[in-house]
Amino acid sequence: MTDVGTGSAGGAEPIHSQSSKLDTIEPGQQPNARRDPEAPFGNNLLREIMSGGAVLTVLAIVLALVVAAVLIAATDSGVQAAAGYFFARPSDLFVAVWNAVSGAYVSLFQGSIWNFQRTGFLVQIAPLMSTLTFATPLIAAGLGVALAFRVGMFNIGGRGQLIIGAAVAGWIAWSFPMPPVIAFLVATIGGLVGGALWGAIAGVLKATTGAHEVIVTIMLNYVAFYLVAYGLRTQGLLQAHGSNSPVSPGDLPNATYPKLSDLITALGGPATSYTVNIGFLLSIVATVAVWYLFSRSSTGFRFRAVGENPRAARTAGINVKWVYTLAMIFSGALVGLAGADQVLGTTTTGFNSGVDAGIGFSAITVALLGRSRPWGVFFSGLLFGALQAGGYTMQALQQIPIDIVDVIQSVVVLFIAAPPLVRAVFRLPKPGSTRRVRRTPAAVAEGNVK
Amino acid sequence: MTTATLTPSAAPIVHEKVIVRSLKVPIILDVFAIAALVFAFGIPRRGQSSFRLSTSTDFFQIPTVVLPTVATVVTVAILLVVVAILTHLLVAFSSRGRSPLWLSAVFTVLFLFLFLTWAGADLRGIPIPGLLVGGLALATPLVFGSLGGVLGERAGVVNVAIDGQLLFGAFSAALVGSATHSPWAGLVAAIVAGVLVSWVLAVFALRYWVDQVIVGVVLNVLVGGLTNFFYTKVFAQVPSLNHTTKFDTIDIPGLSQIPIIGPVFFQHTIIIYIMYIAVFVVWYALFKTRWGLRVRSVGEHPQAADTVGINVNRTRFWTVTVAGAVAGIGGAFYTLDSVSKFDKDITQGAGFIALAAVIFGQWHPIKAALAGLLFGFAENLQSTLGIIGSPVPSEFLLMLPYVVTIVAVAGLVGQSRAPAADGTPYIKS
Amino acid sequence: MKLELRGITKRFGALTANDHIDLTVEPGEIHCLLGENGAGKSTLMNVLYGLYQADEGEILLDDDVQHFSGPGDAMNAGIGMVHQHFMLIPVFTVAENVMLGHEPTRLGGRLDLAAARAKVREISERFGFDVDPDAVVEELPVGVQQRVEIIKALSRDAKVLVFDEPTAVLTPQETDELMAIMRQLRDTGVAIVFITHKLREVREVADRITVIRLGKVVGEAQPTASNAELASMMVGRAVDLSIHKDPPKIGAEAFVVHDLTVIDAADQVVVSHVGFTVHAGEVLAIAGVQGNGQTELVEAILGVQNRVEGSIRLDGRELLGRSVGGVLDAGVGFVPEDRTDDGLVAEFTIAENLMLDRSTGAPFVRGGTLQLTELERFAEEKIAEFDIRAQGVTTHVGRLSGGNQQKVVLARELSRELRLLVVSQPTRGLDVGSIEFVHTRIVQTRDSGIPVVVVSTELDEVVTLADRIAVMYRGSIVGIVPGDTSREVLGLMMAGEKPAEVAA
Repeated sequence: MTDVGTGSAGGAEPIHSQSSKLDTIEPGQQPNARRDPEAPFGNNLLREIMSGGAVLTVLAIVLALVVAAVLIAATDSGVQAAAGYFFARPSDLFVAVWNAVSGAYVSLFQGSIWNFQRTGFLVQIAPLMSTLTFATPLIAAGLGVALAFRVGMFNIGGRGQLIIGAAVAGWIAWSFPMPPVIAFLVATIGGLVGGALWGAIAGVLKATTGAHEVIVTIMLNYVAFYLVAYGLRTQGLLQAHGSNSPVSPGDLPNATYPKLSDLITALGGPATSYTVNIGFLLSIVATVAVWYLFSRSSTGFRFRAVGENPRAARTAGINVKWVYTLAMIFSGALVGLAGADQVLGTTTTGFNSGVDAGIGFSAITVALLGRSRPWGVFFSGLLFGALQAGGYTMQALQQIPIDIVDVIQSVVVLFIAAPPLVRAVFRLPKPGSTRRVRRTPAAVAEGNVK
Repeated sequence: MTTATLTPSAAPIVHEKVIVRSLKVPIILDVFAIAALVFAFGIPRRGQSSFRLSTSTDFFQIPTVVLPTVATVVTVAILLVVVAILTHLLVAFSSRGRSPLWLSAVFTVLFLFLFLTWAGADLRGIPIPGLLVGGLALATPLVFGSLGGVLGERAGVVNVAIDGQLLFGAFSAALVGSATHSPWAGLVAAIVAGVLVSWVLAVFALRYWVDQVIVGVVLNVLVGGLTNFFYTKVFAQVPSLNHTTKFDTIDIPGLSQIPIIGPVFFQHTIIIYIMYIAVFVVWYALFKTRWGLRVRSVGEHPQAADTVGINVNRTRFWTVTVAGAVAGIGGAFYTLDSVSKFDKDITQGAGFIALAAVIFGQWHPIKAALAGLLFGFAENLQSTLGIIGSPVPSEFLLMLPYVVTIVAVAGLVGQSRAPAADGTPYIKS
Repeated sequence: MKLELRGITKRFGALTANDHIDLTVEPGEIHCLLGENGAGKSTLMNVLYGLYQADEGEILLDDDVQHFSGPGDAMNAGIGMVHQHFMLIPVFTVAENVMLGHEPTRLGGRLDLAAARAKVREISERFGFDVDPDAVVEELPVGVQQRVEIIKALSRDAKVLVFDEPTAVLTPQETDELMAIMRQLRDTGVAIVFITHKLREVREVADRITVIRLGKVVGEAQPTASNAELASMMVGRAVDLSIHKDPPKIGAEAFVVHDLTVIDAADQVVVSHVGFTVHAGEVLAIAGVQGNGQTELVEAILGVQNRVEGSIRLDGRELLGRSVGGVLDAGVGFVPEDRTDDGLVAEFTIAENLMLDRSTGAPFVRGGTLQLTELERFAEEKIAEFDIRAQGVTTHVGRLSGGNQQKVVLARELSRELRLLVVSQPTRGLDVGSIEFVHTRIVQTRDSGIPVVVVSTELDEVVTLADRIAVMYRGSIVGIVPGDTSREVLGLMMAGEKPAEVAA
């Protein structure tokens, strides 16, 4: 199951790229589903767009929103009431459904992008700033999961890496007084190191014993959780001094991420409620760094080679075990950055064992939606950040539980993973009649062209 | 070439084998033996440890066993050291180059006994039947979940969505059980719920060849989101829809009054009796019947199965369906036996422990069930010790199943082999 | 039973794998289907066996049109198949494998293992096979596994039996025994289809021969036809498989393997006390039937085997104990036996594959950053030099033909500064044109003074390339003989007989 969404080029590769066999299709082999660029087709580009990447993603999101709309309508009291006398006044039902769904999605928009009910530009874009805040750890952790995907590994251990990263970052943030900027940078590095160490366990075990990282990372999630839970209720470890509840101390002021609102007031601007902080900037830096890693660096080249075909990489002298270990270190570090975001940017007054806030698992969906490409992850992180931000507004204004966001996220990813399903729903053309390349006869033909 | 026909048939190529003397097992035993010595001499606990063996309903009462803590712990610790040394010797000198499995089992039991004695010093007495019964209750969903996992993986479908199946089973059992006031209807609903999750897994894994681990992970998120959504939107507003009639306890006449054995095996609801039967049935079906042979064949080498006329994807589909039904029953345990209402995330990740049990149990239904029992027992040990006040932080006992599984997949305890085609879709050209 | 295929056509997308193929096989006849790798033989048989659905044409058994929707239908109609890659479940016993799909059962679906065992014994005795029904298949040698495949087919009363490239994994002796079994089956009235590309076997056992090329039947031939006639039909032009080769200019001792022993993951001694020396400017071929330790020997040289004893010296420097990277840095060029699994990254471009084993330093990496312009220039040069047929340097190698893929591997390995070249099964699955190209480059490398080790299971290839031949059998080297040793002697050595005994 290792190669998930790891196509090396052309964002339209299906997630299910299977075996790395590339020979002719004889019985006993599983043919590789891949498009043939040399196929005599008039409009290749259009077909790529139509069948792959962008349109597919948008359609999957639309489908997920439709599914969520069904749930919202079905559980809406107005709709239920109207359904009771459907045969008397059917139009009431449609009106009620419309009201429920539009109300929900309007408040989703209002909570994530643009609050048109308020006046003044700075206030109206406050939801967008909130979206960026939610997106910050999702992008970082999503990059971590995506990085592992590209090396052929499935890091389900985001939760554990994030918890450990957060614990280390937090510990530094409340223990060591340091000058401004230095303080939060050092704490951030602590978060990276914590996540990296936790990720490294899975990497080292895979490299030395062949233990499957899926199982190890799942199990390490719980080990991390209980470890930190123990620390949080033990004086002298992570528990706030003199506290009875399992909560950590708050960060020292210098160690928290400066918020945009602070920056604006410092520059003499008006008071705002912008919670977006320097962590978002770090997420952008991380995105660029991952882009450079995979597109330009020799380390990334080896990462990709191992991800696509570890045997060939080994035969070419690449130290595959070290690559696995290093990739899990990088992956864990990026998730650790998300942990630092949580402690230094969001819950700065002391965290509990729920510090992960579901980000570890959401990161998987972020990486999948972003097709494991750095900028793809960045934008899917923004999207899911918007869903989070809007989800809370939706919960407050329309009494729709925030859990609907989990439903939307998972449905989007299911559809993304199965392009034929989306195509079937929307009656889209298949991506060319020659999905699978046969090259046997061509090979023979070539041999005879001499 | 023709000259060669005169020579007799070439003997089959059989390579000579070298005996590998792996030190993995002895070293692990060493670690635990050292831990035992630390318990005995480093951080000794003085006083007496008592074990209560009977419950009030038993035929006859076995008196509470009282042991001097220090003497017992020291004796057992020395025994453990002896076993560890014996294992070293067996690995170094025996003809097979390894120690027998039963020796490790004896070691494990001795160590648990030592630990209980040590931890239970001067406390009110460790209720052994209660410990076992509580462990069984915590293990029940794990056993059903792991049976479902074994079935799926034997057919070549990795099921990471066991947790989702348990959760959806628990939710559906609560909803239907409450609405109908019938636990039986709730049980059926749980089975249907498990099957539904399986079908989504099957459609994506078998029809669209989506990576099975991805589908599993995403399904867990989906089911979690859905049940939480309905919990808030429906259960919180109409509490009568979340109040089930639990199954009654059925005491097996006579047998249920035997000390220890009675409470542990014969004083339960129908769900636990189903579990006993299910473990046997799954084992029998997988290894003794035509159906099982075919299931295992599509999990090992689907193409070979196809060439003898077995419809691979159909077989996988129905096996995963059955697996979902089994896991669904495990979900019903939460809301029809354990408590009478559904709560958000009521499974608390039990599905992942069940997955661990599948691997620790080497994809064998009986071993996986035993692993599930062991993990359930460890979890209950933690809460029992928490109640009677023990010096070991509960978090470390809660970690145990996960750590044990990591050790297992790292190949440190025995060799296990997953079905060869586990997790790979069967793609005919 | 008489088998008749009429106008079978099978297309995969734009490509036609089978183009209106007609074939008739009478009962009691061995009918050879001869064709190059990729000519469409296996596709045709998969259509016959119900694994693929034909786009056009029909299958007739005793003049009745058949409609197979899956292998089950084909089997029920009396068609059996001995697959090239055995269709056996490794962890099952022989009896379980034979019964799978038509299991005898007792009450409640309980397997009747006794009946299955009896069936295996009965068929084994009828044909003189020595097969234990309770043996686990993965523990059996390949020759015996093949018999299990035959028993499996016969246990369903197959009247038409297809053998798909059955001799690839067999020793010459096992091959002869298989031929005898095929004759025996023919004499009981079974219609046999024998798929192969090995001319000698065809001429020895066939009653009739049908040659296919590029998915089309190009004609029938008689078993009395000469090798050259059959080969030219198969390839479509006159073929001369020998290449021009000057006598070797033997230099100093360069590559010395001494007392090498390899133990595999299953604790088996797969290479046992092997030693040989290769001189500069010489090709040493390592011959032998697949599975006699050649793969592990080569892996040990490359440094991917863990448990190795002995010594491997190149120009006096010990290679054993080095990482793969260290071995390559010492000047070893390596062409792996399975280019798709070990040689190339399918999803990478040609350019990326060309730098696969030079990803740490100059010329393609500077300061940890890829030098993409330099790489592109280099790739364009190599595409021209090695005549790689592709759209450009950014074409993914997964989209190239087998021959062009192998050229990419060769281009990569030969463009480093080499002190030794190790090539393993260099032409497996390639068309004739590519074979010539690869062979020529190997000989050129030798002539430039580099020692070359060629591992091949194809006797033709060994004889074509070798200056000396080492034959491996059961992990040991049976003997090292001159390159012009006769095929008969080599064949006996491949079955384990020492050269001296052979000569006697």
